Amino acid sequence: MASDNVAAPTAETTPVGAQALAEGRQTGSKPLNIEPFDWTKALKSSGQAAFLAGVLAFFFIGMNADIAPGGLVISYRFLALLYAVMVVFFGRLLLETFIFHAAPALSRVIASVVFVLVVVGMMAYDVPGTRQLERVLVGAGLGLAVVAVVYGVARWRNNASRRTRATDTTESRLAWLGRAATIVMLLVAAALPFIITTFFGAKDRQILDVAILIMTYVMLGWGLNIVVGLAGLLDLGYVAFYAVGAYSFALLSTHFEAIGFWTALPLAGMLAAMWGLVLGFPVLRLRGDYLAIVTLAFGEIIRIVLLNWYDFTGGPNGISGIPKPTLFGLEFTRGEGGFADFFGIPYNTIHRFVYLYYIIFILALITNFVTIRLRKLPIGRAWEALREDEIACRSLGINTTNTKLTAFAIGAMFGGFAGSFFATRQGFISPESFTFIESAIILAIVVLGGLGSQIGVVIASVVMIGGIEILRNLDFLQRIFPGVDPVQYRMLIFGLAMVGIMIWKPRGLVTTREPSAVLKEKKRIGADLVAQGEGH
Amino acid sequence: MSEAAITEVAAAPEAYRWEEDPILTVEHLTMRFGGLVAVGDLSFNVGRGDITALIGPNGAGKTTVFNCVTGFYKPTEGRIVMRHGAGRQADAVDAVTASGLRFRTSANGAVFLLERMPDFEIAKKAKVARTFQNIRLFGGMTVLENLLVAQHNPLMIASGFTVGGILGLPSYRNAQRQSIETATYWLERVRLIERADDPAGDLPYGAQRRLEIARAMCTDPLLLCLDEPAAGLNPRESHELNELLKFIRDEHGTSVLLIEHDMGVVMEISDHIVVLDYGVKISDGPASFVKSDPKVIAAYLGVDDEAEIDIPEVRKEVAAVEREAQEKGLADTSLRLPEGGAE
Repeated sequence: MASDNVAAPTAETTPVGAQALAEGRQTGSKPLNIEPFDWTKALKSSGQAAFLAGVLAFFFIGMNADIAPGGLVISYRFLALLYAVMVVFFGRLLLETFIFHAAPALSRVIASVVFVLVVVGMMAYDVPGTRQLERVLVGAGLGLAVVAVVYGVARWRNNASRRTRATDTTESRLAWLGRAATIVMLLVAAALPFIITTFFGAKDRQILDVAILIMTYVMLGWGLNIVVGLAGLLDLGYVAFYAVGAYSFALLSTHFEAIGFWTALPLAGMLAAMWGLVLGFPVLRLRGDYLAIVTLAFGEIIRIVLLNWYDFTGGPNGISGIPKPTLFGLEFTRGEGGFADFFGIPYNTIHRFVYLYYIIFILALITNFVTIRLRKLPIGRAWEALREDEIACRSLGINTTNTKLTAFAIGAMFGGFAGSFFATRQGFISPESFTFIESAIILAIVVLGGLGSQIGVVIASVVMIGGIEILRNLDFLQRIFPGVDPVQYRMLIFGLAMVGIMIWKPRGLVTTREPSAVLKEKKRIGADLVAQGEGH
Repeated sequence: MSEAAITEVAAAPEAYRWEEDPILTVEHLTMRFGGLVAVGDLSFNVGRGDITALIGPNGAGKTTVFNCVTGFYKPTEGRIVMRHGAGRQADAVDAVTASGLRFRTSANGAVFLLERMPDFEIAKKAKVARTFQNIRLFGGMTVLENLLVAQHNPLMIASGFTVGGILGLPSYRNAQRQSIETATYWLERVRLIERADDPAGDLPYGAQRRLEIARAMCTDPLLLCLDEPAAGLNPRESHELNELLKFIRDEHGTSVLLIEHDMGVVMEISDHIVVLDYGVKISDGPASFVKSDPKVIAAYLGVDDEAEIDIPEVRKEVAAVEREAQEKGLADTSLRLPEGGAE
């Protein structure tokens, strides 16, 4: 209209400006901050950081709620608080010398030595007695490791600022490496149950269970990736479709004898897809934050309906006795007609877990295969175009309503498949399993992995789901830090790691986009050019 | 028929192509935004196989007209008729209007009432493609992908609405190859073939403009609407644009409707020019006629000395506005006057 009729070229839109921008993108990182190093300034900023850490840590670390007769009491841990403040102060000093400024070598050495001494001192002081030497050594090792990491980052930053764009050979070598890594990961994933049963005999069930859990999240991540990564529609209620899938299978199998896992699986997928369409219709006209809020509300509505519709869903009691999957009619039970009996091998409970692992593995592979195919089809390209610019899509004759609906429905369908797998694996479901935190975790996997990246989702699932499980099992830390239970800090560590990733790689772990069609030479597209769609 | 168009044409000796064989007819188009009348009772024709330019000062309502034609705005009043097949097809137009349908196809063509159609259908069925004033490319997709997205609808059918494509049927692979050939053709046309695998967002500005035109052409349109295609281009690039538009008109038979401020481009290539000011048409005719139309000159250059323009109404209006301005105590009376918009 009136005002936008003028196409006065701005800095960005003039040819010269655009060229400069493009060149700026190609050269990559910004020049280093070459402000000279100054001890007073460094100490001052370290002091500020330490003060801030002290204020925050006073509540998180300084206070501890203990169970005492007659209720909870607050105990204070001033020593731990002091340690936290010291770590921040000397750590910040280390960063000041290595990363924020290019300090002279002497200053760097001083800062490093002080840091290591402080860590050793802290480790040694705490508990006198038996393990003194071990603790000093661990402290020195920890301190040196931190210094080494900081030094490495500084070196890398220094090189990156000098380096111009990577040459074609390194790019193609990277691409080759990526392909090789994918194949290796695929082979490892295919052989995983056997690797686990061979090498982790004692804990094989537990580890295999974690592997199944990770694989479930990989599948959910891939399903959500269609909606969020490709079509660019921020969906905060994805767990609703997971719940629909799980309840579909649970209800069908408990009401109808004839329906087993394999018959219910496609039905659950279809029902979830139908709910995807039902959700899709009202939210299509919404954009950005509003879309996110309505999808969030939808996720909650489904859960609350499941919780309150007692006659149908069993309410908070959930549904139990959900049948286990069978292999062509063979059940994984002890005795006559079971899997072990049929093949003449001794019965072992692990068989069922191995089978479950392969079910979810194949389901996830199907999800991946379909997504990769869809990306190269007109519908997939339309999703990505929708993410880039909806108005341009409409000007090219693309029915954006239908395109969004298909994205919602297909994403929901894979969520439904994963849900019915979840139901059969657990044997029992209740609304508690489908809270908002599940949606948030799945979304975090997609975002951390890099929107639209398939391999990124795998890495993020392994790191996030596997990471939580590893933190749960860090017994050895107990020996080094007696009295500190790392399990209690696992969400804190987890949150810090996520903040770190978002600072270091704000667009996720895998940030480049692979083109869906190539004329001569495949070139990956940097994340700074790729739009993120609605609600980000 | 539109009265305004008839009176304009009456001034010219011969009947023009846009009268005989219009591909697009805009009739009594009015677009109001609240109290603001962006376009008021506008009527004009776009001839089949013509390059028609829509010009006017800033804020004249040109982009609003574009948005109405391409369905991005629903006009407040008026009718916009797009015709496939030769002639005015007056009976068919009346029949469709009376029927309440959006379009009707017959043996010798089809008639589309664009004001009744949603935007994507205008591109898909009525075959009207457009570009945008602020370039809207899919920046994170490659140049080639941009052109493939433009061929979405035929590819969708070829992929059996995705089912055949997932199964990997050969018919889809053929269609895909063909669409890449179409894309290659247009990339060679706009000299972007070397950059086919680069992201569109990395192209320099002039190349992005060309790519947007190529993308619009990949939808196989009968009418191409270009919103300021020469904005921000240097003289050499403007010249190339002229050649490209002539090529599109002559070799593809695609009619072109463009908004443009660069008079070099407009006067050189336009067969027909429509001039808007304050949402009202002030002139309509071939370049030679519009160039010397005093109303156009007044609208573009402003009125310094009323004696230069010898139209009684204009003089009256100028006097009225000057009086008003003086009453308000404005020192500068040589403001640009709303001649056309005052009625």
